[in-house]
Amino acid sequence: MTHVSPRRTYYLVFLALMVLTAVTTGVAYLDLGPFNTVVALAIAFLKAGLVVAFFMHVMHLTNLSKLFAVGALVWMVILIALTVSDYWTRQWGVPAQGW
Amino acid sequence: MRIASQPTYAEKVPINYLNAEHGLKSWLLTVDHKRIAILYLLSVTAFFLVGGLFALLIRLELLTPQGDLVRSDVYNRLFTMHGIVMIFFFLIPSIPAVLGNFIIPIMLGARDLAFPKLNLLSWYLYMIGGILTLYAVLAGGVGTGWTFYTPYSTVYSNSHVMVTAIGVFITGFSSILTGLNFIVTTHTMRAPGLTWSRMPLFMWSLYATSLIQVLGTPVLAIAILLVGIERLWGVGIFNPALGGDPVLFQHLFWFYSHPAVYIMVLPAFGVISELIQNFSKKRIFGYKFVAGASVAIAVYGFLVWGHHMFTTTQSVYAGMIFSFLSFFIAIPSAIKVFNWTATLYQGSISYQTPMLYAIGFIGLFVIGGLTGLYLATMGVDIHVHDTYFVVAHFHFIMVGGSVLAYLGGIHYWWPKISGKMYPDGWGRFSALVVFVGFNLTFLPQFILGYLGMPRRYHAYPEEFWVLNVFSTAGASILGVGYFLPLVYLIWSWFYGPEAPANPWQARGLEWQVPSPPPTTNFPAPPLVTQETYEYSLEEAEVV
Amino acid sequence: MSETLTHSQHGTSPLQHQFDDLGQQWHANTIGMWLFLATEILFFGGLFVSYLVYRSTYPEAFAEASRHMDVLAGTVNTAVLIGSSLMMALAVQSAQLGANKLVQRFTLLTMFLGTVFLVIKVWEYYHKYTEQLIPGANFAYEGAMRHQVEMLFVFYFVMTGMHALHMFIGLGLLTYILILARRNAFSREYFFPAEVVGLYWHFVDLVWIFLFPLLYLIGAHYQGPVHK
Repeated sequence: MTHVSPRRTYYLVFLALMVLTAVTTGVAYLDLGPFNTVVALAIAFLKAGLVVAFFMHVMHLTNLSKLFAVGALVWMVILIALTVSDYWTRQWGVPAQGW
Repeated sequence: MRIASQPTYAEKVPINYLNAEHGLKSWLLTVDHKRIAILYLLSVTAFFLVGGLFALLIRLELLTPQGDLVRSDVYNRLFTMHGIVMIFFFLIPSIPAVLGNFIIPIMLGARDLAFPKLNLLSWYLYMIGGILTLYAVLAGGVGTGWTFYTPYSTVYSNSHVMVTAIGVFITGFSSILTGLNFIVTTHTMRAPGLTWSRMPLFMWSLYATSLIQVLGTPVLAIAILLVGIERLWGVGIFNPALGGDPVLFQHLFWFYSHPAVYIMVLPAFGVISELIQNFSKKRIFGYKFVAGASVAIAVYGFLVWGHHMFTTTQSVYAGMIFSFLSFFIAIPSAIKVFNWTATLYQGSISYQTPMLYAIGFIGLFVIGGLTGLYLATMGVDIHVHDTYFVVAHFHFIMVGGSVLAYLGGIHYWWPKISGKMYPDGWGRFSALVVFVGFNLTFLPQFILGYLGMPRRYHAYPEEFWVLNVFSTAGASILGVGYFLPLVYLIWSWFYGPEAPANPWQARGLEWQVPSPPPTTNFPAPPLVTQETYEYSLEEAEVV
Repeated sequence: MSETLTHSQHGTSPLQHQFDDLGQQWHANTIGMWLFLATEILFFGGLFVSYLVYRSTYPEAFAEASRHMDVLAGTVNTAVLIGSSLMMALAVQSAQLGANKLVQRFTLLTMFLGTVFLVIKVWEYYHKYTEQLIPGANFAYEGAMRHQVEMLFVFYFVMTGMHALHMFIGLGLLTYILILARRNAFSREYFFPAEVVGLYWHFVDLVWIFLFPLLYLIGAHYQGPVHK
């Protein structure tokens, strides 16, 4: 149950997170069209992954804790996907002059 | 199941959780799961009476077509408070927080839940939320419907929305913490040998319920929080005049509140599984399927919420997806019903009070469930949406399902909880009264709804009069059916004959501790060596 | 789980009565916190999905509104919070090793950086107040998309407000860890309070990692007029 990471790991992760923060701020000023949001979210997920993997030690957890972490994300996806299935299909088949 | 220690200790321990300590403080500061269950029992019953009072006034108003008893806005408040009190303060906590709190640790062979202090905190949060809501009632009530639909709740209603919303918000955290506690307890506190496949079905269904509580309730919390913010500061989150979309609120609300239906009915499934196997003295048919169906319902229940919104601006494409998905929830529910009936086959059935409730449950739940399929069909739903058909449907699930199971469970575990026996004749009589009263109340409402009587109106055309008179008459009978157990159970608490440790010759760890159990439940952690519900073994072999 | 962690080894036992050994207690507390974080994910999830719906409906207005965010303050705060997470991780590591002095030092540093974050946040809020950008209170914003712009500010205040509330709760929990460390409570066998609080603190950091780009960085390419 005990896993003690060496300090060096934490420093490296910290460094990576700082670099990614700088990158995400910098990239925001490049015009990538809709991909700005995609890149921003990709970097955010990468940072989140680093925090979860190394700061929160998810690798060394019991399978059960991993399951809860993954389960919460799956439920987020359910909430988002089914809500968006409404909003993003509302205009389908509606004439341009519309309601 | 078998306990390694000597079974006779059950008769040797006179000190139990009830007489171990005395005084109000020993109850209000207790961390014993059994005492907390009693606290919940008392408060849940009180809220049931409050909610029942509103139901009584609703039915009295509807006795005549003219809206002559109360004004329309008072009627709005009556059905709103009936819904809020019954759902958030009775149905959701009833079976998990009363029976679950009492039975779970004993069923698992543990001394207590994983987090006893958190358990007490849950009760206090529940009470704070409940008292705030009761304050709103006394201050004049709230008239938004229990669904708090925006923008009526955030902009136009001049009733006590804020206090009620805060009350529901706080109670939500009580529900989350209870669910969290149960899940952790199930994972970490099981006695040696009590594997997942040996766990009683009551445990499985409460585990599934807890998953919904933990994953769904936070979304309700945020929805209510946003309602509060919009109402308080007049900003536009859901208000279409300010660029918001009221349907978004409905999405967030039903993401919780449809699964919340399963929070109310899954524990009932668990109780019924226990009752059916015990009173037919047979191992449940298809144990793994019944257990798996509970988890399947919990997970799948999160995919169908849009069927509450067929008549809104929700996209028809999303509506089709939700309609399609909704049909599949019938499968795990049907698995359960078929397995219960298959368990009865060739069982040695005894019709004691809890079993009567269980039999009634199966019939009523089948009707409630099948009419749910009507409502999942988009075309039919558009016809009967917001009519009494819907009211009848969900009362068949909530009352015919959950309340009957709760009453059955209370009767089943009452000897364990109180240490006393109740008069079975009165029990069977009142079970019958409840069943008759319930059907007379709600069967006419199916017809009324199909004929087009809308819900939430205090007056109606005279053509609906006769059926409404039936319904009100049924409600009076139902009221008597609820009142009788209240009387004879309280009587038995003081004057009933002492209950033995296992009055039903049932299997399960909770029947191997004395009635009422001692504070720490077991003198030593029990060792489970057999499958659950092993009725094929001789009694002497098991105990 | 290690069988050696029975409560007999401890003079003043941290073992609670309902558990058989510290291993079981550790397990219950860890998965309890992960479950709690699952509820937190869905709590913020409700906000994120609402944000998503309105941003996809009003992309222009949200971009315009985002021009009013203080990107520098947001970036600095992100760095501060990541720093506090590093300190938290080091505090947990020290607790795992039973080094109570180090736990105190790193916990104090975590709390210091957390406080810095909140101070910058309050300073930002104050500027929004002077710029009259507080929805519902003093929102003086002219332009065709007034309500839609106001919407992003509603989300800004609700999301960062909820986040800040979690930071306050976190500071309270860290105070508890500080007290435990002062009492030399942590040892190689008993460190999970620090670990569990650490999980919470990192989660609060995680939320901010998503809030930062979604609130501060979506306005850079907005072409239309930015109204006062």
